[in-house]
Amino acid sequence: MRIGVFICHCGSNIAGTVDCESVVEIASGFPEVVFATDSMYTCSEPGQDGIISAIHEHNLDGVVVASCTPRMHEPTFRRAVERAGLNRYMFEMANIREHVSWIGKDKEHNTRKSADLVLMAVEKLRRNRPLVAKSFETVKRVLVIGGGVAGIQAALDCADGGIDVVMVERDQSIGGKMAKLDKTFPTIDCSSCVLGPKMVDIAQHDKITLHTCAEIESVSGYVGNFSVTIRRRATYVDWTRCTGCGICTEKCPSKRSPDTFNEFMGTTTSINIPFPQAIPKKAAINPDTCMKLQKGKCGICAKVCPVGCIDYEQQDELINVDVGAIVVATGYDLFDWHKYPQYGEGRYPDVITALQYERLLSASGPTGGHIKRPSDGKEPKNVVFIQCVGSRDRSVDRPYCSGFCCMYTAKQAILTKDHIPDSQSFVFYMDIRAPGKGYDEFTRRAMEEYGAQYVRGRVAMIYPKGDRLIVRGADTLAGTQVEVPADLVVLATGVEAAQGAVKLGETLRVVPDQYGFFVESHPKLKPVETNTAGVYLAGACQGPKDIPTSVGQGSAAAAKALGLLSKAQLESDPAVSKVNLSRCVGCQKCISTCPFGAIKAVTDRFGNLKAEVIETVCQGCGICTVTCPQGAIQLEHFTDNQILAEVNALCPPKMYVNFE
Amino acid sequence: MAKIAYYPGCSGQSTSLEYDLSTRAVCRTLGLELVDLEDWSCCGSTPAHTVNHVLSAALSARNLALAEQQGMDMVTTPCPSCLSNLRTAAHKMEDASFREQANALLDTPCTKNVQTQSVLQILSEQVDPETIRAKVVKPLKGLKVACYYGCIMSRPPELMQFDHHENPMAMDKLMELLGAEVVPYPLKVECCGASYGVPRVDIVTKLSGKLLDAGRELEADAFVTACPLCQMNLDMRQGQINSALKENFRIPVFYYTQLLGYALGIDDKELGFKKLCVNPRPVFDKLKEAAQAS
Repeated sequence: MRIGVFICHCGSNIAGTVDCESVVEIASGFPEVVFATDSMYTCSEPGQDGIISAIHEHNLDGVVVASCTPRMHEPTFRRAVERAGLNRYMFEMANIREHVSWIGKDKEHNTRKSADLVLMAVEKLRRNRPLVAKSFETVKRVLVIGGGVAGIQAALDCADGGIDVVMVERDQSIGGKMAKLDKTFPTIDCSSCVLGPKMVDIAQHDKITLHTCAEIESVSGYVGNFSVTIRRRATYVDWTRCTGCGICTEKCPSKRSPDTFNEFMGTTTSINIPFPQAIPKKAAINPDTCMKLQKGKCGICAKVCPVGCIDYEQQDELINVDVGAIVVATGYDLFDWHKYPQYGEGRYPDVITALQYERLLSASGPTGGHIKRPSDGKEPKNVVFIQCVGSRDRSVDRPYCSGFCCMYTAKQAILTKDHIPDSQSFVFYMDIRAPGKGYDEFTRRAMEEYGAQYVRGRVAMIYPKGDRLIVRGADTLAGTQVEVPADLVVLATGVEAAQGAVKLGETLRVVPDQYGFFVESHPKLKPVETNTAGVYLAGACQGPKDIPTSVGQGSAAAAKALGLLSKAQLESDPAVSKVNLSRCVGCQKCISTCPFGAIKAVTDRFGNLKAEVIETVCQGCGICTVTCPQGAIQLEHFTDNQILAEVNALCPPKMYVNFE
Repeated sequence: MAKIAYYPGCSGQSTSLEYDLSTRAVCRTLGLELVDLEDWSCCGSTPAHTVNHVLSAALSARNLALAEQQGMDMVTTPCPSCLSNLRTAAHKMEDASFREQANALLDTPCTKNVQTQSVLQILSEQVDPETIRAKVVKPLKGLKVACYYGCIMSRPPELMQFDHHENPMAMDKLMELLGAEVVPYPLKVECCGASYGVPRVDIVTKLSGKLLDAGRELEADAFVTACPLCQMNLDMRQGQINSALKENFRIPVFYYTQLLGYALGIDDKELGFKKLCVNPRPVFDKLKEAAQAS
């Protein structure tokens, strides 16, 4: 074999703490290495051309690049060697940046470690075989999980691109958090007027199938061929017949259902349509509070329904659907502010969240758009806003900035003045973070034109005095303590990962970070991809995001899904498990350990039981290879002999053992 | 129930004599056996730890070492300030090098980890509420009380590990058990001004005045406290507060053990009501009226 080794400086990223020239010198002496060189940026065009011309000049049949993590540039270099006529699996990468230069300062040690890593790569490459990918068909349908604004955008873009879309929403209606907002910043345009038409489009688009009151039960398969089971909760209403007339909701005598759409500001009827613009506009029964379902008495909704669509016997329904790509747009939830005892832990009814305040401002809200405080229904004059409730605070394990609270607080201060001209808003803030188009100007408007008083400091406590609340905090600019009498306190609660996100992540094999937000494939260059091929992210499920960014991501995820499914066929990764039939004893241990169901039992022509790998399903995890007692199942490109060769390169053994 | 070493603290010998007296009487009545720590000494109070942490810890640890010598593994004190010093000392001495420094100042080193808890914690966690309810002979029916805990009874929470650090309920629950009506007092853990009563009495009159004002607004008949310094600022300085703020507060300020003792039918002499500055008679009159009415 004729191997070429390329050591990358990565500018000063590697060369700063690794003596690249010495690594070249050492590598020249490695077995079967006929050419070794270094370059400033191996991934650049001249760098790649260098590899290609070296392959031609020195008649190389294998290439090692020692540079950065393979997660970014392994595909780049594989394409380069392929352009030079080699099989793309005759390439190995040694990570001397993340694993060496960035983590150690000792140049001598780093240089030696780099040489060791290169030797490991060379030893593995000597045992590599050319592998060829297989092609397979894809299902031209996209699953969008979550019907907030990000999911809506992704679904509409996919459908407009000609692909079938299945949208799954946990709540009764799509619309997400945006449907609850009164106005949006920085334009103060009506949120439901902007979103409403898009929601209607979802309902009317002939390429979109919508399932609400539904959640993902299970997902199997792989990119291009996912098989999804959706659990649709019983709504006790036949939606094929329900016309959304609302008579049942007017007559329902049980009015104890928590009003989730109005953020628990009051209660609603057991059979309910959450809001006037709901999509689908269908009624559903809350079984926890329905007297008929709880006690067997009542049944009024069934009596008044003009189309007879009430069905108390309805059961959950499982829906199976095959899709080629999945867009995750599960959004966010709000931080539970009760974790801050200084805000009263819910003892004071006039301490509310900003999203609750949004419902008070909204014309379709519980107060018809008149700001009335919860305790006595009076119109507040002094409104105190507290920012960063559950953001940028390590004491509650929320060190991150939620990003858009500064903006919605400014918006609410402006709206407060619009609603109640003789009111005064106070905003306790830590820093104003308004880095968007027209955003900083907007916060200035709240202060300068609408007279909101901004106090830089944290609030230490809220306590009642008479029928008001006293908000005590620091004014760090004046260096003093301040006490503000408030009629209403609005908390800018921070953003958390949506409830159930971690569990959904397990189902989809998408990794959540430590706070439950899904991790993208690359923080800069693959912001909507995940490490699971064919699964894309949109909106706040990946991290706090405002509306324009969520919409942008929805479109981006749709573009990715459309791009994937526009190919007639996809190529499978040939680095999958392969059974050596003469060694396999048919014990079927591999079948029971495979997490993807990628191995099946077959009988050979002598009637012996054997294992067989379904190549397109196998994900190349390697669990079967360590399970097999015979060493009969081997992961291509990562065989026992290849991995042992790497180990042996590091710690030369006394005796070689062949496991193949 | 096991014997518990009792650390009265210096103020229990003087300014809060009635706290010490009533604590002993209540514990005896409820069957808690307190054994006085022999040869106990000052915990170092506020001055020691503002000057030197090792010295402060050593002063407190001397008492923990005594408990260890006397075969006790639990010390209790009515005073939150003593409690805070004793617990801080024990906590800091978990660090080996710090323990070495502190022990170097002591004749008898402190080696074992002796626990310290407030009397309030022991009464609310180790005595069955039903035992207390069964022993109530003079219920506090008709009395509205505001329970005031002070800054340090449950703070810092990591150190004190007792009750809620912003909204403690231990005394509230005890008083409800005795039949009193407990007002939702919002300033339970606010500062009364503490030892600023000596150098800057204006700070105390302002802060303590605010506490009294909040109690009056809720129409509390009396304050219930668990801290000698809080009690002193609210009770003894009520006159100073009145003249500084041009107010006319007349709110009696009890130790919770005094009202507990009263309800349990303990003789007044053992509860030291005479030591109170603001006359508590209106409270007792109200209680007697309520008792006769029912």
